[in-house]
Amino acid sequence: MTAHDTVVEARGLGRDFTVSEGPFLRRRRCTVSAVHGIDLTVRSGEIVGYLGPNGAGKSSTMKMLTGILTPTSGSLRVLGMEPSRRRTRLARRIGVVFGQRTTLWWDLPLRDSLELARHMYRVPAADHARRLGRLTELLELGPFLDTPVRRLSLGQRMRGDLTAALLHGPDLLVLDEPTIGLDVVSKSAIREFLLRLNTEEGTTILLTTHDLGDVERLCERVVVIDRGSLAYDGSLDGLRASMPVPRVLTVDLAVPAPALEVEGARCVRVEGPRQWLELSDNPAAVIARVTRDHGVTDLTLREPDIEGVVAALYRGSARTGADGTRSLSG
Amino acid sequence: MADTSFRQAADSVLWPLRSYLLLARTWMRAQAQYPVSLLLTALGTGLAAVSEILAVLVVFDHAGVLAGFTVAEGLLLAGTANLAFGCADLLMGAVERLGVHIRAGSLDTMLVRPVPPLVQLATDHFALRRLGKIVPAAVTTGAALHLCDIDWTLGKVLMLPVLLVSGTAVAASVWVAGACVQFFATDSRDAANSLTYGGQALTEYPLAIYAKEVVLAVTFAVPLAFVGWQPVLYLLDRPDPTGLPDALRLAPPLVALVSCAAAALLWRLGLRHYRSTGS
Repeated sequence: MTAHDTVVEARGLGRDFTVSEGPFLRRRRCTVSAVHGIDLTVRSGEIVGYLGPNGAGKSSTMKMLTGILTPTSGSLRVLGMEPSRRRTRLARRIGVVFGQRTTLWWDLPLRDSLELARHMYRVPAADHARRLGRLTELLELGPFLDTPVRRLSLGQRMRGDLTAALLHGPDLLVLDEPTIGLDVVSKSAIREFLLRLNTEEGTTILLTTHDLGDVERLCERVVVIDRGSLAYDGSLDGLRASMPVPRVLTVDLAVPAPALEVEGARCVRVEGPRQWLELSDNPAAVIARVTRDHGVTDLTLREPDIEGVVAALYRGSARTGADGTRSLSG
Repeated sequence: MADTSFRQAADSVLWPLRSYLLLARTWMRAQAQYPVSLLLTALGTGLAAVSEILAVLVVFDHAGVLAGFTVAEGLLLAGTANLAFGCADLLMGAVERLGVHIRAGSLDTMLVRPVPPLVQLATDHFALRRLGKIVPAAVTTGAALHLCDIDWTLGKVLMLPVLLVSGTAVAASVWVAGACVQFFATDSRDAANSLTYGGQALTEYPLAIYAKEVVLAVTFAVPLAFVGWQPVLYLLDRPDPTGLPDALRLAPPLVALVSCAAAALLWRLGLRHYRSTGS
């Protein structure tokens, strides 16, 4: 049996696809690996960001976790169940939201869609009313509960989808690009909601995203997949530290000057009195040196953004991972 | 222990039925919000069904007797075949949109819900307008039963609903089996339609007018002969003009079971294929 607090347990998880290629009569079948050798443990109450470039195997992994896709190798347990064998039973305990398509019924008013979900998940009427009331309040569904889903805006639809995925009180919420295409306000509303859900209900959340704002706001832990295998698994800070993306010090000088030459830093940009220094040394030491030799009106130290770190990581693993395996968009 | 396992077994049978009714009801309620639209589309479907039956009348008007069948007997055949196909279409017709769901990714959505995907597929946009096909077929069958010279026995009275249910089940299996091909070739909907709609057109006329090979194919390969033809031979106490054994006319319930099982097996195979390709 799996330990009680382990939500996802994958060991050597892999998925191969057989594809046919070449012209009609001389078509050859070859095996392409979408995902291979994934080891992943997610504990109860975690929010894990699953990152990777397009075609890295994110969707294949998500499909295996939800039981849609049967793995070809390794073992996988979600909430103690093998997803491909226990798909229906697992479905009752997880919530799934695909950002790019709705799980709601286009032609039904949102309220009917949610009522249908209640019956499909066999939620007692009282529990449904209680959860719907709370979600309506948190996600501000009130104004469009009676609108057919096809007439909802993307942001409203996403809030409706989240509600449908949560009405049965799942232990694990799987989100595939939940903020894709949303405006800044909707994105931030969804993020705040997810954080609240995680802290107040203890719901474990696993999300794939290309939006690094999602990651910075939500995920203490990130898993990066590239070319079908894990490139990084750890904290967001650790990810920053693992990649030598330098921090940048922005210096506003009292008087414009040519590019500064300071030990432990390299000037990368000059714009009037403002200069950008890439740090290779301890920031405090560099700041001390700069302020000693020059008149400074302002200083800002910027942490490397996760976007740069992840891009560096993809580049790095592309170099080391050139072992001939091909990846496939799944 | 025994009690819970019994309850689980009952649930695994009843849950698909319950969820079917539930989903169908929700769709019906949604359509009822636009009654004029529903009425008009139902009327359109009804007119198409009526014109098919009129076509049968025209053929018999010219031919007089077809393979030993009078007009009334021909109407009985067309009526029962249309009734069974109409019911199958209402209950399972939506499965032909499988390819659309695969392409749009909505099949994945169905797979992450705790309701059998076949139930979700069959009830998707549950189309009440298909009643427009059933009503004229039922009226035709009723009228033809009255007009034909049938030697009613208790056995025939009891068998009549059994034959209609069996015919519906056979037609529904053909529908599901045809849809399953789309798991392997997403654009095969039209090929499947030649079986479903084409098969329906074929069974509206006495099978004896077709070539022997056709009769054998629709008896033993795609058992459409059991939708209308064999039941009508049974009701009319008519020896089979194609020369096949008369015992076949009592086979519809058995054939229905076998074809449902075969369709279910195909569905499982198709779904397994889908889940190992994910596209």
